[in-house]
Amino acid sequence: MQIIVNGDTREVAALVLAEALAELGYAGAVVATAVNEAFVSAAARAQTILAEGDRLEILAPMQGG
Amino acid sequence: MDFYGFIPRSRLFLGTAQYPSPAVLQRAVEAAGVDVVTVSLRREAGRLGGGQDFWALIRGLGVRVLPNTAGCHSVKEAVTTAQMAREVFGTPWIKLEVIGEADTLQPDLFGLVEAARILCAEGFEVFPYMTEDLVVAERLVEAGCRVLMPWGAPIGTGKGLNNPYGLRALRAHFPDIPLVVDAGIGLPSHAAAAMELGYDAVLLNTAVAKAGDPAAMAAAFARAVEAGRLAFQAGPMEPRDMAAPSTPVLGRALLS
Repeated sequence: MQIIVNGDTREVAALVLAEALAELGYAGAVVATAVNEAFVSAAARAQTILAEGDRLEILAPMQGG
Repeated sequence: MDFYGFIPRSRLFLGTAQYPSPAVLQRAVEAAGVDVVTVSLRREAGRLGGGQDFWALIRGLGVRVLPNTAGCHSVKEAVTTAQMAREVFGTPWIKLEVIGEADTLQPDLFGLVEAARILCAEGFEVFPYMTEDLVVAERLVEAGCRVLMPWGAPIGTGKGLNNPYGLRALRAHFPDIPLVVDAGIGLPSHAAAAMELGYDAVLLNTAVAKAGDPAAMAAAFARAVEAGRLAFQAGPMEPRDMAAPSTPVLGRALLS
């Protein structure tokens, strides 16, 4: 199915957020996630089912002022 | 005075953005001797994205991180970003920014209070980026904020303390709340002036990151903050309008 990952359309086979993250290359990365603008904790990723067209945000530590 | 139970050795808090390289950032943090730095969250481009390296660098510095919600223009955005930051950085601290005006990056004070209320109720330890407005300060304290961070001037301008009167009034009204001047500081003398007003700390970024020699400027700011604090504790003299001789008049020779 197609989902929107950080603003770009991506094809993923996984139906669950935790597996989709690994499929997208984020396995082991320190990131925070939100689906459709709502925060999804790391603990909840294994139970979070993705649907066609979902908007996934993957954020990481960055420089800030 | 403590910041949610944490007593920093240095009263200078430093941002981590805009440095020419990670090595320069590291040298600046070490030269300033700071133990609080601000960080942010941005979209990560895969497992090998820059965020992982940046986080490894920051952890290696052994400092406390103050994540921000920079760039958020709504309460919902700021709250969600704070929730994400708490998980990634493993801290309840959040520098809360809700921007209300794009040209001045002036905080949306109404949204700020609303977001602060939500986050404090969720157990966050909020450092609100605000103007020097006393009424807003009251509302933020009522919401549960135990630190306030009024701007000196708009973010990135380096103009210093635009409203010393307002900042002084805020200090007088909240003697027991830790106050930090955040944003607008351009020179060490600005930082010293904030500390001379009795502020507890100064948070800045661009003035160091964009200096010709960031590490040297960081050291200069560290000394200015120390000097300003010492001056405040020492009790500055009252200014007066008319001149007053400092040399005793008594015993002056009559030579004319």
